[in-house]
Amino acid sequence: MIEFHSVTKRFPDGTLAVDDFSLILPSHKTTVFVGTSGSGKTTLLRMINRMVDPTSGSIEIDGADIATLEPVKLRRGIGYVMQNSGLLPHRRVIDNVATVPMLRGMPKKKARDEALQLLDTVGLDRSLANRYPSQLSGGQQQRVGVARGLAVNPNILLMDEPFGAVDPIVRAELQQELLRLQQELGKTVVFVTHDIDEAFLLGDRVVILRTGGKVAQVGSPADILANPIDEFVATFVGADRGKRALHVENYGDGDVVVDETGRLAGVLVGERSTAASPAAGAVSAGTVSASEKSKAGLRAPGASAQGGDSQ
Amino acid sequence: MTWVWSNLDLIWDRTFDHLILSVPSIILSFIIALPFGWLAHRYRASRAVILTTVGLLYAIPSLPLFIVLPFIVGTSIRSPLNLIIALTLYGVALMVRVVADGLGSVDRDVQQSATAVGFSGWTSFWQVELPLAGPVLLAGLRVVAVSTVSLATVGAVIGAPSLGSLFTDGFQRGIQAEIIAGTLATVLLALALDAILVLIGRVLMPWTRRSAVGGASRPGAVAREVST
Repeated sequence: MIEFHSVTKRFPDGTLAVDDFSLILPSHKTTVFVGTSGSGKTTLLRMINRMVDPTSGSIEIDGADIATLEPVKLRRGIGYVMQNSGLLPHRRVIDNVATVPMLRGMPKKKARDEALQLLDTVGLDRSLANRYPSQLSGGQQQRVGVARGLAVNPNILLMDEPFGAVDPIVRAELQQELLRLQQELGKTVVFVTHDIDEAFLLGDRVVILRTGGKVAQVGSPADILANPIDEFVATFVGADRGKRALHVENYGDGDVVVDETGRLAGVLVGERSTAASPAAGAVSAGTVSASEKSKAGLRAPGASAQGGDSQ
Repeated sequence: MTWVWSNLDLIWDRTFDHLILSVPSIILSFIIALPFGWLAHRYRASRAVILTTVGLLYAIPSLPLFIVLPFIVGTSIRSPLNLIIALTLYGVALMVRVVADGLGSVDRDVQQSATAVGFSGWTSFWQVELPLAGPVLLAGLRVVAVSTVSLATVGAVIGAPSLGSLFTDGFQRGIQAEIIAGTLATVLLALALDAILVLIGRVLMPWTRRSAVGGASRPGAVAREVST
């Protein structure tokens, strides 16, 4: 459990990045910070592993104030995945994954054996182990980044826009992989993105931030979509317009779901159906009842494991 | 040519003397430049002071330096040590800026991510920043090597033996072949040291030549494995 208590961060240049932020992030769940640039989401994330120290307020991990912990040691116990993978370009894939365990004193042989297993976990072929990061595609690099983040088997995994720089198809694949991994591993994931679709897809809880690190709304994706607290949130999640303002129209024997412009968004397949049809996927984050089920349904298609993004 | 054949031993001896002067100077200048280059890179305030000071070092004419140095450090004027110190100073003058620039060339994202996963400052310097500055450091070191080999010849004027002694001797005695042999041997020695540095770079920085490690056919092979 990660707790923010009245955390404020003002940078030396006077920018107020985070303003009196308090929140409890539950264990074994994915919490997504979403907001535009300048909303302080990355700053919040970086405060958890003391890359940034708050100006005032405190942060606790499982009851321990992290200000009392040694930063380097703290960081070695928390997984970190960033945009552009952040891999060490001069080390082979396997050594990148083994880096942190070795920093913690694990013998090289053991660290490398475990690294190979982690490649399996994130769906990368073992034949890539001896490549350098520059020899991998963007999607493969991100997978290695995730493997490195998991290498010390941390309770907490921090992800700073990890899929921001890969193309949409690979991103969708990586998102499904993360959902699969999270279902298996149950880490406390803190995920930062500016993409509300990604936030709704991955987050058990979504924290919508406005400029200056103020919380606009916290809740499950369904909560936020069904009851946006104000105009800002409604606009941000797109519930007021376009593809999320869906309504049902009767069409022959069945019901279809259309968006505000009248474009067909999907088909309504019954209140309590567990259908994993593509149609359910199409209304994944929509305001119709099928949305609750859609996340489970989405996992099945396209969740092909083995490094399908290799080029 | 007859002169060369009958004096091969002399050329070898002078080449050896030349190596004794240049190789330690090249190595020392690299080692000494590291902390100064790091300081110049790390602290904005120190950058201008350090880089200007070492830049000025290079402006000192070599011959007066060879003569003045013994009075400062107490070596004899013809001792190789005197020359090694002088050559090291020139090497440092070139290398400090290279180290500062090399460390500055390391991708900020990579450094940030190294810190984020738990590298301490010291470990990060040795395991991340220094290796990644490697290609720039190597380029600088190659310049230092060639310039040191060339500068070492000046020692002959004050009587410290090196390949330069072949020109001074050849000039005084009017043996043209000796002058040409001295010049060629100096150039060849510089090229040889340069080649050795390139080789060391290849061994220490395999990630800089992807094609040799990757093999263009392998990604396809992997794709095939996956699809089956």
